[in-house]
Amino acid sequence: MAKRIGMEVSIAAAEAVKQANVDVISAYPITPQTHIVEHLAELVANGDLDADFFCVESEHSALSVCVGAAATGARTFTCTSSQGLALMSEITYIASGLRLPIVMIVSNRTLSAPLSIWNDHSDVMSIRDCGWIQFFVENGQESYDHVFAAYRLAEENSVLFPVIINMDGFILSHVIEPIELIEQGKIDQFLPPYQPVHQLHPDHPVTMGAFALPAIFAETKKAQEEALRSSMPKIIETWKAFGDMSGRYYHPVETYQAEDADTLLVTMGSYGETASVAVDKMREAGRSVGLVKIRLWRPFPFDDLKKATLHAKQLVVIDRAISVGACGPVASEVKAALYGNDQRPSVYNFVAGISGRDVTPSDFVKMVDKAEIEIAEGNKEGFEIYGVRG
Amino acid sequence: MTENLNVFAVRTLTQKEYFSPGHRSCQGCAEALAVRLVAKALGRNVIVANATGCMEIVSSPLPYTAWRVPWIHVAFENTAAVASGIESALKVLMRKGRIPRKKIVTVAMGGDGGTADIGLQALSGALERGHNFLYVCTDNEAYMNTGIQRSSATPFGAATTTSPVGRVQMGQITWKKNMPAIAAAHNIPYVATACPSYPIDLVQKVKKAADIEGPAYVHILSVCPTGWRTAPELSIRLGRLAVETGIFPLYEVERGQYRLSVDFPKLKPVKEYLKLQGRFRHLTDEMIAEIEKRVHAEYEQLRAKAGKGS
Repeated sequence: MAKRIGMEVSIAAAEAVKQANVDVISAYPITPQTHIVEHLAELVANGDLDADFFCVESEHSALSVCVGAAATGARTFTCTSSQGLALMSEITYIASGLRLPIVMIVSNRTLSAPLSIWNDHSDVMSIRDCGWIQFFVENGQESYDHVFAAYRLAEENSVLFPVIINMDGFILSHVIEPIELIEQGKIDQFLPPYQPVHQLHPDHPVTMGAFALPAIFAETKKAQEEALRSSMPKIIETWKAFGDMSGRYYHPVETYQAEDADTLLVTMGSYGETASVAVDKMREAGRSVGLVKIRLWRPFPFDDLKKATLHAKQLVVIDRAISVGACGPVASEVKAALYGNDQRPSVYNFVAGISGRDVTPSDFVKMVDKAEIEIAEGNKEGFEIYGVRG
Repeated sequence: MTENLNVFAVRTLTQKEYFSPGHRSCQGCAEALAVRLVAKALGRNVIVANATGCMEIVSSPLPYTAWRVPWIHVAFENTAAVASGIESALKVLMRKGRIPRKKIVTVAMGGDGGTADIGLQALSGALERGHNFLYVCTDNEAYMNTGIQRSSATPFGAATTTSPVGRVQMGQITWKKNMPAIAAAHNIPYVATACPSYPIDLVQKVKKAADIEGPAYVHILSVCPTGWRTAPELSIRLGRLAVETGIFPLYEVERGQYRLSVDFPKLKPVKEYLKLQGRFRHLTDEMIAEIEKRVHAEYEQLRAKAGKGS
């Protein structure tokens, strides 16, 4: 087994970008994404990475640069957080519509107002429907690993979609974790240079980004939607190939102590590790509780989620963002996935840990306690923001 | 007259059309003519990034295209950033041997709104970073594509749908933003103004801009019969009048050195230009005098910069 090295997760992610041998990197500084670009700038400045790295004047331009470069046939990278992602949002939709295999790390951070630099998922939820493949990772190793999986998947001819790797800001980006680096030879085999199907070049002129009248727009959207849905087998295949190479296998939905559980916690992102500690505690106390972790946010793994949850009596879905006036976005999706089944678990939804407020294993226990009581009393579709004063 | 007119042989210009006929522009559109000339001047070894706007909309209705060179449209405000990405990718891919080395000119094109208003930040960033690209602004002095709304490039007094002639306000109340001066303030190697009414001058400038290493900016006045309320057959004449009245002087700024492309010892009265246009029909003699005063002052400033001060 390869050696594990203690390194900051942002540095590990940047090292992965280097190992992926990207061609063009464009970014704009925003906390907590900065350590990734700082390290990439160092790698380029030291000649350790042969890429064009430039800091642009906004996130909007950062992604626009990636669009231009990817359309020309380059492997591109950018990363951002919060307001930066919101500013980019216009271009996220276009990058997907143009089917450009850009990879972006979102170091997830709260959207203003009030301004907050700390972690939650409100930034990426604001572009939920932009048509990118979206991963959530749980720890530093996964952050590193998913960079390679993302590029291989994005550049697959039958996929050709941009990919977002969601990595919780500070909670992951700024902590030091043991990371097992993969040797370069294996990466080069797993991820050969990008071979674009279409690229901007005078030898074979193409028009990209033409406009569509109503007579043709719906057809182009349908093609995009079908392509994103049908990327699912390729996603699974890519993770399988990655597992065969690295020994670490990933799945759209992953479970922990879930098979026989009456109550299931449902989480996304770095919550998974904390929640698994809470599950251990509850299991020790003889309670029938398990954990379901959603790794793939788009395309949403409806079937895998059903398979993992339908047997349970109740789900406690912990969201790290609010769709103001509705509920947590993960809970919406979970409910939609279950709706078609006559026998389905109740879904109790907590929004917790927004703006980086700590959620400890005992908080997860408290939420399970509360949900089980509420559901037993007949409140089967509850929603609340956890741990709020007043 | 244009200094190089005598030495320029029109027949050296390619007969090929890279911006092909059959697009959907209005009758008498001098912007389409400008783009056609720009495309001819550049030839086939280019990649064009186009901002949202008239030229994008008239040329690219899926599944058709008027472009015979590689072309991309992404959004309204980011064309200079998209071009930055293209230029950067070409450089890296050639360095890494993934595409053969050859000169490919990266060109960004936008209208006055996409350049002087919403795209100014991205443009400034790209000029500052020193990308080797050419930015062409085709300026028809308002948001014509959305229905003639004012931009910061709309001249003083012009009526648009958002600077209308009302009981207390008469058209645009601000003066045209000096976009070439803003580009020149970035200390880039080449800035020029051009107009398709002076096609040879325009083609020469675009060729020069494309050849220069580093960022280049060419600002092209593009008469818009639809938005200016002018007769389509007057577009060429109006472009000439804009230059001859001093309203839109043709000049270059090459490595900081100003040079007038065509100089007039005596400018024509601005009224000759204004009176042909419906957008100025409400102007009073006082307003015309005010415009003329400003035009003359700015023209003298420009002459002084070009070493021709009186």
